[in-house]
Amino acid sequence: MEIFYHYDGSFDGFLSCVFDSYVHKEIPAGFSSGEDGVFTLFDSRTVPTDPGHAARVLRKVTALSPEAAVLLRRGFLTCLPEKERYLFRLIAKLLQEGPGFLRNRSDETLYPVIRAVQHLNGEVHLLKGFVRFSDLGGVLGGEIEPKNRVLPALGGHFTARFHNERFFLYDRTHREALFHVPGQSVIRPLSAFQMAPPDEAEARYRLLWKRFYDTIAIKERENPRLRMSNMPKRYWGTMTEFQREDFFRPSSAGAVLPPPIPSGLPPGPEAP
Amino acid sequence: MDVLEKLTILTDAAKYDAACTSSGGTRTAKKGYIGNTSTALAGCCHTFAADGRCVTLLKVLLTNRCVYDCKYCVNRRSNETRRAAFTPEELADLTIQFYRRNYIEGLFLSSGVFRSPDYTTELMIRALSLLREQYRFNGYIHAKAIPGTSPELVERLGFLADRLSVNIELPSEAGLKSLAPDKTKGAILAPMRQIQSRNRQSREELVKFRHAPRFAPAGQSTQLIVGATQDTDFHILRLTQGLYDRYALKRVFYSAYVPVVEHALLPARDAKPPLLREHRLYQADWLLRFYGFRAEELLDEDSQDFDTRVDPKCSWALAHLDFFPVEVNTAAYERLLRIPGVGVTSARRILSARRAGPLHIENLKKLGVVMKRAQYFLTASGKMAEGLRFTPDSLLQGLIAAERPLLPQQEAVQLSLFEQTEPA
Repeated sequence: MEIFYHYDGSFDGFLSCVFDSYVHKEIPAGFSSGEDGVFTLFDSRTVPTDPGHAARVLRKVTALSPEAAVLLRRGFLTCLPEKERYLFRLIAKLLQEGPGFLRNRSDETLYPVIRAVQHLNGEVHLLKGFVRFSDLGGVLGGEIEPKNRVLPALGGHFTARFHNERFFLYDRTHREALFHVPGQSVIRPLSAFQMAPPDEAEARYRLLWKRFYDTIAIKERENPRLRMSNMPKRYWGTMTEFQREDFFRPSSAGAVLPPPIPSGLPPGPEAP
Repeated sequence: MDVLEKLTILTDAAKYDAACTSSGGTRTAKKGYIGNTSTALAGCCHTFAADGRCVTLLKVLLTNRCVYDCKYCVNRRSNETRRAAFTPEELADLTIQFYRRNYIEGLFLSSGVFRSPDYTTELMIRALSLLREQYRFNGYIHAKAIPGTSPELVERLGFLADRLSVNIELPSEAGLKSLAPDKTKGAILAPMRQIQSRNRQSREELVKFRHAPRFAPAGQSTQLIVGATQDTDFHILRLTQGLYDRYALKRVFYSAYVPVVEHALLPARDAKPPLLREHRLYQADWLLRFYGFRAEELLDEDSQDFDTRVDPKCSWALAHLDFFPVEVNTAAYERLLRIPGVGVTSARRILSARRAGPLHIENLKKLGVVMKRAQYFLTASGKMAEGLRFTPDSLLQGLIAAERPLLPQQEAVQLSLFEQTEPA
C-alpha cells in the first residue's frame, strides 16, 4: 500500500518513517515536513519521531555499509528535491541487494544521491574559503547563503580552526546559525539576523583586504569568465571584497553586539 | 607611510609570483595558538582575483627594495618605482587579522634582496619568528628562500615555514646570464638541494621522535617564467621533469611573462603574455605528475613546442592511434589514464564500478568521463559510442571543438585568427 508520510523534518524523523514503512509493509508515496500540508490523493499519515527506531535503521545500514550511512547523513542535508524518496530508495535497495551496487557510481539509484552529496560537498569546500567574518567587539560573526544545509558539514572546519575564538555563522537560506565558544558549539534556528555596521578597526581591516584583493590581480591577464567559473556569483553577496562603499565605512555608534549566544551550550551535533 | 599604502605597494610587487597554494600542511589546532592548516588535499582558495587566479595566502613582499637588477623584474634596482618595507609587527598584525576574518589561509612571504641575501633572510626570519612565537600563529606559511643565502639561515627559515620555494625564473643558464646577471644556476640549485635533504632528514626524525621539529613539511616548489627567453617547451618540460625526479619538488609553477619594461633582450612592452602556452605547460605538468607520462613522450627534438590546437594528451593520442581503442572493462589503470577525457578520478571510478558488473557506453558519463573527447578512444563491452563516425581529420576537428569553450576567451579569439591565416 502506498502512503504519504508527514514527519518533523529531522533526520531521526525520516529514519522513523523508514522504520514504519517496513513494519507496516507500506510503500512511501512521498514525504512532507513542516507546517505546509501537501495535498495528495494518497492516504497520508503523520509519523512521530522515535529515536529508538531511527537508531535501529541507521545501525542496520551501517552494518551493511558504513559508506552508505555517511551518504544518508550527508544526503539528508542536500537541496535535492524529494531527497527523502531518493534516500528511501537507496536504503531499500541496500536492504534488498546488499552493498555491491554502491561500487558502481552510475547505478541509477545511487547516482542521484551521490550527485546531490557531491553538490553539497562542493559547496562546503568552497565556503571554507569564501566565508567572511567580521570582528564585532571581540566576537566573530559571518553570514552565508548556501543552497544546501551546509552548517553541520562545515562547522567542524571552523570550530577546529578558530577553537579559541567566540564566533557565530548565520545561514540565511535555512535560518539557522552555528554558535561557538571555546570548547563548545551548537547549531540553532535563528529566524532573523541583521549584521551590525563595523567599528573603526573592523572597517579598516575590511578596507585593507579589499585593497589587497584589487591589487593582487594582474591587469594583463584579466579573465572574468575564469573567475566566475571558479567562484560563482551567488557567493559574492556575502564576501567582503564585493561589497559597496558603505560596507567599509565605520559606524559612529561604535561596536555593536552580536546575537546572544544560547546559554548553557550543549556540545554541538557531530558533523557527519 | 601608512599600512594601507605599504600593502598596496608590496602586493603589487609580489603579484607576479604564480605560486599560491596551501596544500600539504600538517598543522592541527593547538591550544593557545591561532589556526591550523587545511586538511583538504587541494588546499583552500579564499577568493579568486579578477584574473581568475586563486588567492589563498596573503602574498606580499617584506620589502621591494632590491640590490639586484634582473631585467625582467619590476623590482629591479634600476626601475623607478615607489619602495616600501613592512615592519615585522605590521606584517604579523595583518596576517593574524586577515586570518581571523577567514580572508586567507596564511602568509606567503617573499622579498626583494635588501643589502644582501643573508641580511634579507634575517629580516624574514625575524618577521616570521614574531608571527609564530609572539602572535602564536599556527596557520600556513610559505617563505621564499633567496638564492645565495647561507645554509644556516635557510635552515632556520625552514623550521618557521610550511613550504619553501626558490624561484629559478629563467629556465636556462644563458637566460640567467643575459637577464639576471646577479644570479647563477649554482646559487639557485644549492638551497634547493639543501631544502630537499633537510626535509627528508626531518621526516626520518619524525618517525623516531613524534615531537621532532618539522622542516618545511609541505616541501618546496619553484617558478619558471615562460616567454621571456627563447627556451622551448621541450626544454622547460625536461627541466621540470628533472626537478621532480632529482629535487623531489612538490610543484613547478609557470608564469607567462608580462612585459613590465622595455628592453632589447625582452619581448616588446605591448606583447601579450603567452597564456595559452602557460596553459599547455600546466596540462603537461599534470601528465608528468599524475598520469605517468615522461617529457620525451610528449615532445622531442623534432617537435619542441606544444600544439596550440589540442591539449598535450590529445596530441599524444593522435600520434599513437594504434594504442586505441582501449576497452574500459579490461584495461589496466595505467592504460585507462592514457585515454583523453579520462582522468585520475574517473579512471578509479571505472575500476571500482566494473567490479559490480560490465560497463556500457551510457555508464561512462556518469562515472565522470568526458565523452566529447573520450568517445574516439575507447570501447565499452566491445562497442564504441553509437553512430560515431570519424576520419583522422574530423577527429582532430572534434577534439579542437571539444576544448574550445574551456580555453580563456582571449585565447579562443587568438586561435580563430590563427586558423584564418593558416593555409588549409
